[in-house]
Amino acid sequence: MPYIPHTSQEIAEMLSVIGVDSIEQLFDEIPPELRSDGLDNIPSRRSEMQVQRLLTEKSMQDGTPLCFAGGGAYEHHIPAAIWEIATRGEFYSAYTPYQAEASQGTLQVIYEFQTMIASLTGMDVSNASLYDGASGLGEAVLMSVRANRKAKSKRILMPATVSSVYRQVVETIVKHQGITLDIIDFDRANGTIDIDKLKQQSEPFAALVIPQPNYFGCMEDVHSLTDWAHEQGAMVIGLVNPVALALLEAPGNWGTQGVDIAVGEAQPLGIPLSSGGPYIGFMACKQKLVRQLPGRIVGRTVDLDGKPGFSLTLQAREQHIRRSKATSNICTNQGLMATATTLYLAFMGRDGLQKVAASCVHNTQALIELLKTSPGISFPFGTSVFHEFVITLPADVDQVIEAMAEEDIVAGIDISQYYAQDGLENALLICVTETKSPEDMAFFADTLNKVISDLTGGAQ
Amino acid sequence: MTQLNEAVIEDKLIFEASDFTRKSSSLAPDIDVDTVTKSLPEHLLRKSDLQLPQVGELQVVRHYTRLSQKNFSIDTHFYPLGSCTMKYNPRACNTLAQLPGFTGRHPMAHSSMSQGIMSCLYDLQNMLMEATGMKQVSLTPMAGAQGEFAGVAMIRAYHDHNKDDARTEIIVPDAAHGTNPATAVMCGYKVRELPTNDQGDVDIEALKAMIGPQTAGIMLTNPSTLGVFERKIKQIADMIHEVGGLLYYDGANLNAILGKVKPGDMGFDVIHMNLHKTFSTPHGGGGPGAGPVGVSERLQPFLPVPMVALKDGQYYWLTEDELPLSIGHLSAWMGNAGILLRAYIYALLLGREGMQRVAEFATLNANYLLQRFADAGFEIAFPERRASHEFILTLRKEAKQYGTNAMDFAKRLLDYGFHAPTTYFPLLVPECFLIEPTETEAKTDLDGFVKAMELILEEARESPEVLKQAPYSLPVRRLDDVKAARELDLNYYQSHAE
Repeated sequence: MPYIPHTSQEIAEMLSVIGVDSIEQLFDEIPPELRSDGLDNIPSRRSEMQVQRLLTEKSMQDGTPLCFAGGGAYEHHIPAAIWEIATRGEFYSAYTPYQAEASQGTLQVIYEFQTMIASLTGMDVSNASLYDGASGLGEAVLMSVRANRKAKSKRILMPATVSSVYRQVVETIVKHQGITLDIIDFDRANGTIDIDKLKQQSEPFAALVIPQPNYFGCMEDVHSLTDWAHEQGAMVIGLVNPVALALLEAPGNWGTQGVDIAVGEAQPLGIPLSSGGPYIGFMACKQKLVRQLPGRIVGRTVDLDGKPGFSLTLQAREQHIRRSKATSNICTNQGLMATATTLYLAFMGRDGLQKVAASCVHNTQALIELLKTSPGISFPFGTSVFHEFVITLPADVDQVIEAMAEEDIVAGIDISQYYAQDGLENALLICVTETKSPEDMAFFADTLNKVISDLTGGAQ
Repeated sequence: MTQLNEAVIEDKLIFEASDFTRKSSSLAPDIDVDTVTKSLPEHLLRKSDLQLPQVGELQVVRHYTRLSQKNFSIDTHFYPLGSCTMKYNPRACNTLAQLPGFTGRHPMAHSSMSQGIMSCLYDLQNMLMEATGMKQVSLTPMAGAQGEFAGVAMIRAYHDHNKDDARTEIIVPDAAHGTNPATAVMCGYKVRELPTNDQGDVDIEALKAMIGPQTAGIMLTNPSTLGVFERKIKQIADMIHEVGGLLYYDGANLNAILGKVKPGDMGFDVIHMNLHKTFSTPHGGGGPGAGPVGVSERLQPFLPVPMVALKDGQYYWLTEDELPLSIGHLSAWMGNAGILLRAYIYALLLGREGMQRVAEFATLNANYLLQRFADAGFEIAFPERRASHEFILTLRKEAKQYGTNAMDFAKRLLDYGFHAPTTYFPLLVPECFLIEPTETEAKTDLDGFVKAMELILEEARESPEVLKQAPYSLPVRRLDDVKAARELDLNYYQSHAE
């Protein structure tokens, strides 16, 4: 019996201790009319060997294409040691560290994770992680409304330069609490927040979200935006890419005061693309907001002998204590992903992360240079980018993506589906990280040119 | 010598091993950073310190390997944490989910590059529908709590769609997980707390007095967190449905009934499952989980997107285009796909027969342990009842007689090499242990656990101080939680700035 170690003699002994004749008798409190043993639509068991063969075939079916898509999920090199260590049984099969003395490994890792995230974002404190960047932004919005009651508003200014998918997730999470998201238009020439339209806001609002870099890959003028929002009595939520923070100013230092809450997706730090999950959201804030943070938090303390140790702390915010008055219904963090992220940052260190980020910028600029000579391709935005950029195509973007897929390339993301009404037709969002060699980029550019030429009948 | 070595290494944080003059490892690309940053806008560049540790590769490997050894885990210890289903996580599930074709796939890859993973997810949806008796399943919620959110949000969407705005209350039993009331509030509902009777069942009279046109729904766990099956579930379902409310099933304890009785047959309209419990995906030190939701026919239009559908041999994503009434997206893409894969692999390895054995042996192990503890003189919270896959001991007698509370027993168990059960939950049983052995534990380990508890009981009688000071043999002694909360130290660089 797979995973059941009982011998028939043991079963007999156990039943006799309980005082029943059969295992079936143990279910005698379930009303018989409700019983249903039928699992007919579930296949019979397969051996590990058979399952390995099946899954290997399925995984190979999807191939290992050259990936130029980003949009919130980024391919980076993942050092081999990360998942070797993170999937050690002692990390992989432990649970939430309720018994602190028996969980010092997990607890110290999370404390180190919190320290690294706080350092990366320039904030005072971080929590132990959230499900992913999108839901993390939802939690940040809820937190900003909780923490900024004096704004007397449940309105959030949400730029259109935040990923449309993220905006949808936030909407799902916050809409039942009377919170509204007002979308702030983007500047057509720069691909960044339209500051003139933003400044026309006359009604109070609880918080402004500032993405850096934004969904188009462009860099927002974070300092003046942060100061402006603070002047209006609002909070600022910085939505940041953690790799970019190796080179770009940390949200804790935006403007004169820094943001109030920094949030984002830590997947780029050692987590595989894996079809979109499991990923890991991070959230950090100023010290004075720590009691408003959702999710687990680990603190350093001492034991009976005065020896340093770690435990979950500020649990009075959480659902298992506060129940209906909790800051969130969140139960766990993304422990295993936080472990991998901590390992990534420890292996890379300050210098390594800076090199990864610089390599992303360098490669992105190289591909932009290559594509500048491509007939029919244009670049709608003039702003500096980090590791993503938008091009518009002289052919149907979906057909281009499909044709590129036939050449084993994930060409990027069709963002016209989100921004067609904003005049971005046949627009492709392309991402280049440190994983791409000059040959990869040349192959991408050549293939794209050929595909466009084929689709436009050589008109381009 | 050993002691000196331990003392030096053990207390170190990775930051204390860092030296900024150390050059970075071979893991990063070779590039001149300053040349690149010159091409970026100067005023947006990072001026503040980036304090990430600079440590050698071997030293990082050793640091975290050593930290891992300070953990109890399923792979190293019996871990009878009630309501958490700490069963064996087959290694094959992890190994196969990490095949490069799966880990390397971008969530926005073209559907022609996605048929493999989509076929796995589609099959998993179908298996979960069969196991729970629900009409349709959406896999996207990223944890049990998010599944709960999705479930209650669907209840709300249903009432809103019917323009039934008078329904402002969700009923939650007093024994429920804290996530239940917290979720109801997140969805804009008022919580009504439902008492439990002395047999561990819901108080039907109290329920009668509570329901009406204001009732949006009820959230139930069955078997409940008290480790007993709610025998009047059908009557409760009828009562709620009669007043126009809906029933939500918290799947925390699905392991107890897999293949025996289905939530759909009990009358539930919406359920969530914790795949990290019943389907053995890793607990990972606290996540990632996966909390798929299943619904009855009337809630189908409101399911969260995306889901996988099949047409003419091609898998495709169901989105808001097909489900305009959907409660929407809960994650950027399709939830914790890598965890869903592990659950799928586990389901294939178990098959239909194995799934039925899950509930059987989980229940056998729990009832055996219950009887052994009763025989050893421990007080069972609901002695008249059959245990489901878990049961509750109350140590109130020991607390009164010897001054040793449930936490003292829990800490002493760690010294004996057993992870403690869930303590002080559910809140309505004093000094309680919620014990869930799971089906994958062998009889010898259960016997060892009982033996340890007998020895600790003996110690409590003879020298209660021994328990109150425990543990002794772990990397740290009992920790000062009050200091942790009062003198917050959450960030090394902030708390240890020179």
